[in-house]
Amino acid sequence: MPKVSFTPNIQRHVLCPDTEAPGSSVREVLDNVFAENPRARSYVLDDQGGLRKHMTIFVDGETICDRVRLSDRVGPHGMIRVFQALSGG
Amino acid sequence: MSDNLHVATRKGLFSVARRSGTWNIEKVDFLGDNVSLTLTDRRSGRHYAALDHGHFGVKLHRSTATGWEEIAVPTYPPKPEGLVENDIWGRPIAWTTTRIWAFATGGADEPGVIWCGTLPGGLFRSGDHGESWEMIRALWDHPKRPMWSGGGADLPGIHSIIVDPRNSKHVWIAVSTGGIWHTEDSGASWTQRGEGMRAEYAPPESTHDPIAQDVHCLVQCPASPNRMWVQHHNGIFVSSDEGRNFTEIKSADPSCFGFPVAVHPREPDTAWFVPEIKDEKRIPRDGRLVVSRTRDGGKSFDVLTKGLPQQHAYDLVYRHCLALDETGNRLAFGSTTGGLWISEDQGDSWASVTHTLPPVYSVRFS
Repeated sequence: MPKVSFTPNIQRHVLCPDTEAPGSSVREVLDNVFAENPRARSYVLDDQGGLRKHMTIFVDGETICDRVRLSDRVGPHGMIRVFQALSGG
Repeated sequence: MSDNLHVATRKGLFSVARRSGTWNIEKVDFLGDNVSLTLTDRRSGRHYAALDHGHFGVKLHRSTATGWEEIAVPTYPPKPEGLVENDIWGRPIAWTTTRIWAFATGGADEPGVIWCGTLPGGLFRSGDHGESWEMIRALWDHPKRPMWSGGGADLPGIHSIIVDPRNSKHVWIAVSTGGIWHTEDSGASWTQRGEGMRAEYAPPESTHDPIAQDVHCLVQCPASPNRMWVQHHNGIFVSSDEGRNFTEIKSADPSCFGFPVAVHPREPDTAWFVPEIKDEKRIPRDGRLVVSRTRDGGKSFDVLTKGLPQQHAYDLVYRHCLALDETGNRLAFGSTTGGLWISEDQGDSWASVTHTLPPVYSVRFS
């Protein structure tokens, strides 16, 4: 089952522990994660379900291509890492 | 008379209170986070704070007996597949809450009702103290809404919401940039208001078009609701017929430009402004921070300076950063450079609370 980890920076707003969830695409896996942790959804995705502007997702070390539909494939032992840009002040 | 202020800033929410005649910061919530706006619902005693986490989006928190809890945030409906909607710069408008820019409580006969205005232009209504939100589709789907455009922000936004004290179904909103809109049926239908306003920055063909008006702030006198005041990008305008028609106040010392306006709760001819140099500079004239006040409907203005810095002051006061309490005597304002001043005598004199806050985004008596 794919594994999912979230940026440490999100943790002070909403607890997102490392987890596993079924699915063969980023969308499917994250939908299952957010079904268990619904508050986290809006921290990662915008109102249309796309990836927020300054967020990024890696699958097995590669940045995903489809930030809108999150259709990038994930293998049964894939590793999804949810990151954000470090900026601001 | 309120002894408490909420000051929302770029780096937290500061609670300021008057104790033994002195105003001090008593508490800081959300330290380090961008708090864009607050609301106090005097019907329920609850407080609301809008946060903008940047990367993580806009969030909404509500006070509890022991602190704050995150509640639902207004969310845009699914954008229809294939719909192309661009801003005036040609960039796609995302149907997602980019900023919470206006709050208003419903009338006394509507407990639990809260209105919320957002960027990129969606108006939302909650009937359950913010537990859930419904977009006002009649406004979002209005055929003229795509003509709204960004002003200071890239996207159009609703920054002023007024619920008629005589009839809670009557609501006005103001848009930067999109003028003033009014509903008489709780949002089921909308009409444009604001004849008489003038946008000299617009092409000549649309200078007087109500939808081209960049209203910075709209307020209504609670005891005399026919009277509305507008601080506009182009100047100051006043209405005596519920915003149907406006008259321009062409001379207001030291400037007609600014963002906020406050109107006395019982004296419709009395209003306060914080003037700045128009319009790309946006600093006080000659480095002197002043508040201007009219008591005669805009025929004349007092320039109020006592207690305010009169040398090298470069404070800009945003549209939500001038507050007036329900007595009409206490005012407070905060600035982009972290200053906070309070007056107990309708602006005749001011006391500095601090000049070291983060940039101030909202000041509200709580």
